[in-house]
Amino acid sequence: MSPTLSEKILSHAAGREVRAGDFVIIHPDVVMSHDSLTPSILKIFHEQLGATRVADPRQLVFTMDHVVPAATVSIANDQNRVRRFAAEQGIRLFEVGRGICHQVLVEEHIATPGTVVIGSDSHSTAYGAVGAFGCGMGSTDIALAWATGQTWLRVPETLRVILQGRFRPWVEAKDLALRLCREVGLDGANYMAVEYHGAPWMSLPERQTLASMAVEIGAKAGIFPPDPSLGEGFPIPKWLTVDETASYAHTIYLNLDELQPQIALPHTVENVVDLTEINGQRVSVVFLGTCTNGRYEDLVTAARILRGRHVAPGVRFIVTPASQQALARAAADGSLQTLIEAGAVLTTPGCGPCMGRHHGVLGEDDVCLSTGNRNFRGRMGSPQARIFLASPAVAAASAVTGYITDPAALS
Amino acid sequence: MARIWKFGDNVDTDQIVPGRYAPYMRPNADLASAAFIEARPDFAEQAQAGDIIVAGRNFGCGSSREYAAEALKKRGITAIVAVSFARIFFRNAINLGLPLFEAPEVVAAVQDGDLATLDPHTWQLQVGEAYWQLPTPPPFFRQILDAGGIVAYVQRYQRFPQG
Ligand code: SF4
Repeated sequence: MSPTLSEKILSHAAGREVRAGDFVIIHPDVVMSHDSLTPSILKIFHEQLGATRVADPRQLVFTMDHVVPAATVSIANDQNRVRRFAAEQGIRLFEVGRGICHQVLVEEHIATPGTVVIGSDSHSTAYGAVGAFGCGMGSTDIALAWATGQTWLRVPETLRVILQGRFRPWVEAKDLALRLCREVGLDGANYMAVEYHGAPWMSLPERQTLASMAVEIGAKAGIFPPDPSLGEGFPIPKWLTVDETASYAHTIYLNLDELQPQIALPHTVENVVDLTEINGQRVSVVFLGTCTNGRYEDLVTAARILRGRHVAPGVRFIVTPASQQALARAAADGSLQTLIEAGAVLTTPGCGPCMGRHHGVLGEDDVCLSTGNRNFRGRMGSPQARIFLASPAVAAASAVTGYITDPAALS
Repeated sequence: MARIWKFGDNVDTDQIVPGRYAPYMRPNADLASAAFIEARPDFAEQAQAGDIIVAGRNFGCGSSREYAAEALKKRGITAIVAVSFARIFFRNAINLGLPLFEAPEVVAAVQDGDLATLDPHTWQLQVGEAYWQLPTPPPFFRQILDAGGIVAYVQRYQRFPQG
């Protein structure tokens, strides 16, 4: 039996042939930490490990994206501490406003095909969009990687998802990601990697949407076989090829021709139904953003729907671009103007209100339709608030009407 | 005697410690008191050192926030027994030296509020008249738990455990 993509990447990283179930100790190509956890990682690094210098500053990347610009004095102090440490140690740092870690590392070609990227963030699976092995870890693991340059991993089994057909109009990658959660459940790929096959036509942003949500079915990594459509910034190593005879733990098939817009109902990401099953659910907040769906293409989709229309009375439509590039491109082509004229509220590129800390925390009575990836109770604020998840097209259509709406019904 | 706190399936990290209660947001607050502060206020108020959590499938799913496992450890939880654990939570808990056991038969048999005795050396669990031997963790994790966590392990041996 031939190796899966994860087995190939981890074998390459380990310098020996490894298979699912083996433990490896490797030097990851990239170790990403973001502002939300870097202060606690620093503490473990200094106070528990007694370390002073990172093992390999070229391996490390810091981002400022979770609470930016700083919301409190203590956060501002924490962020300054991280800035000083990065300057001292020669670590790359992407500043406030540059964007969400997972978007920035792809835009900057830091995550590339065949690399191993570990991150202090669970959605590090997103790097699989470019054929990297991206994997989220906790603060202690990341502190150890700073100090030793290394980490340990158990080589995962692989769930193969074979995609057939093409999306119908107004059906998007997000609907597929939600459908997958519905099919396999929150632990459908626990301890496993996911590989997505059968859709080489999928654009990079679509792949990012899917790979970011691999963690919502428990996956350690979610990988698209890389191909030249990714562009020059993403060179593909010769050894990173798909073997038809690779040993997959399971294979599931999903037919896109039949896929309809999907909605995740409160309070779990597996609680997914067809949009047609929802009738007249009112919303008070619509949030367009996150590492799953805050990209330029998502802003354009929303602008297409909002052109010449207005956000419904009683609705706050919060738009948080995933990165500065997304914001700049949407500004250059007029999409941003359209969104603002329609009544959108624009916030700093970054995570925005995704994890309920600033830029639009939900109150008890709020009902939010988010393009994000988690609708757990209390995720975005009050535990009484209700969060629905959907695609950018559904979000924009719902912002116009004030209730959960199929974009096809508006056009 | 230890009290058993029983939970269902898919207990996510936003329930264990909401993001708003992160050390980043509240640097001077007591993290232990944030455990289940909104999702299970009775736990937040009454859990005692030595208590045990028993849960269904996929305990700890969601975020990478290690402070979820840390809050439970600081609260004095001595073990978590579940049908299964989400992988990042599993890794974080082992790294912190908080023992986890996948034992569906225990989950099926015990109730919230049951009183239990857990032997921390043999991992024998007694609830009422019933006894269980909790499953021994694989050697890789055993080495970390025995050292009291991954930081202690690496400091002692100057390397990661061998697979
Ligand atoms: S956008 Fe949300 S899910 Fe993505 S990294 Fe930020 S907080 Fe996490």
